Amino acid sequence: MKLDLMTGLYVFMLAAFIGFEVIRRVSPLLHTPLMSLTNALDAIAVVGAIILVGEGKSALAKILGTIAIVAATSNIVGGFMITDRMLKMFKASGPRKP
Amino acid sequence: MTIMIAAEHIIEVTYLIATALFVLSLKWLSSPVTARHGVWAGEAGMLLAVAGTLLHQGIVDYKLIAIGLVLGTIIGVPLGRVAMTAVPQRTALSHAFGALCVTLVGTSEFYLRAPNVPGLMMGVLSLEVILGALTFTGSLMAAGKLQEVLRQRPITYKGQNFVNLGLLAIAIGIAAILVLHPEKMYLFPFMIGIPLVFGVMMIIPIGGADMPTVISLLNSYAGLSAAAMGFVLQSKLLIIAGALDGASGFILSVNMSKAMNRSFTNVLFGAFGQEQATVAGAKEARPVRSASPEEAAGILTAASKVVIVPGYGMAVAQAQHKVRELYDALTKRGVDVKFGIHPVAGRMPGHMNVLLAEADIPYDKLLAMDEINGDFPQTDVALVIGANDVTNPAAREDTSSPIYGMPILDVDKAHTVMVIKRSMGAGFAGIENPLYYLDKTLMLFGDAKNFVGAIVREISGGHN
Repeated sequence: MKLDLMTGLYVFMLAAFIGFEVIRRVSPLLHTPLMSLTNALDAIAVVGAIILVGEGKSALAKILGTIAIVAATSNIVGGFMITDRMLKMFKASGPRKP
Repeated sequence: MTIMIAAEHIIEVTYLIATALFVLSLKWLSSPVTARHGVWAGEAGMLLAVAGTLLHQGIVDYKLIAIGLVLGTIIGVPLGRVAMTAVPQRTALSHAFGALCVTLVGTSEFYLRAPNVPGLMMGVLSLEVILGALTFTGSLMAAGKLQEVLRQRPITYKGQNFVNLGLLAIAIGIAAILVLHPEKMYLFPFMIGIPLVFGVMMIIPIGGADMPTVISLLNSYAGLSAAAMGFVLQSKLLIIAGALDGASGFILSVNMSKAMNRSFTNVLFGAFGQEQATVAGAKEARPVRSASPEEAAGILTAASKVVIVPGYGMAVAQAQHKVRELYDALTKRGVDVKFGIHPVAGRMPGHMNVLLAEADIPYDKLLAMDEINGDFPQTDVALVIGANDVTNPAAREDTSSPIYGMPILDVDKAHTVMVIKRSMGAGFAGIENPLYYLDKTLMLFGDAKNFVGAIVREISGGHN
């Protein structure tokens, strides 16, 4: 599906507004996990690299694309892992054994 | 033909669902209670989008893709397991990886399409690679400084801003020429190389305490470059993910700048450490009151309300687990213990909260500056551990102070203030802290970890 520039700009603008409204509500408590999570989500750029490598239109595209897949995949895997590790540690005070 | 069209539709549907899951993921992150659902939603969306992409009918070779995915996983797993103290540099490194991916894809796209690149396309492609390249080297530099592979001290020289802005202007100029004359392909490597140099130059004048702002800013750039890549590849999913990441980085950067009472431009072009050094020169030895662990333990156990203010020094001394023991010992005796956390405490936004949560301190005891400041007048003891500038009352009162106007934690309004500090040496910025000379202030000289440990021994020993 092709996307013209104007439609792209509309999509970008609306997504940015949603981003602002949703992220403004994130407590400062969780700002570190927020950054590692958005970083992992941002690595969705891997889909562009996958198509680039898969279509294999030139040797350059294959080489650079493969490095790009490696970089993005490590962000996806590492980003989700560390975000979950951090969030697991946040516990409310309840009946705790001293 | 019909099969091809069906595959195309399936891919679009997976992208649509992935987009929804990404937004939900961030929404669930708003509260610690639902936050982990956010990670699961993000993972599901990612898996779906990648799986959908693999159905793309243009893909003829899966071998390299598989190699890339496996290698990426091998690198990613250790990066997901780093110690919590190393999270800032890990985050900076992941900004670099994200930017690298975007830059490489942009470069490939240019050489696949050149010399027939329409002007608008060339414009967004230039934006993509310029932002990507400067974020790549900038983030690597930031990671190096945080890991202390590189020296943390800001390095400044005359005409620095002129050089930096000049570099950026040249890169933009080249982009403009390429938009008009995409056939001048020999210019493209310069459009990548110059921002790579700019990224390095941009971080050279940045000191350790400015890292929270800089990391947030780089986060924003990484997101915007990914969004630009979405325009090049005409992918709504990428535009949206990039916009969300860009928005998040932007909000955090604004928060951090506000918390330091500085503008973006001031962080990028200010080189904080420099101007402070001169101010520190005019100090004289003034008397302070100090106390031993026994005395400190006595005052803490007699209190009914204690607020602990941790700073990056606590993390450096690895004292957070001892602080938890102190929290437990005092809580057991019925003392109300809370933590007051300044937005720029630590080396990235929210870093201190993560370190304290790791030490098992319940998150409802971790209060942000705005939430805790009203409590200080009713607080018996404010215990400052490894924090300095964020407690400096000069920021509130002394118009001549370099940090005047910066929002601080009002620890000086508590009945008694105790400050654990190695010596009377000045803080990061070399600014005198009048807090230390107040009559109500007791200085506890020593290593944070050992001193807190000694207090805990006193409290539990005296009790049993």
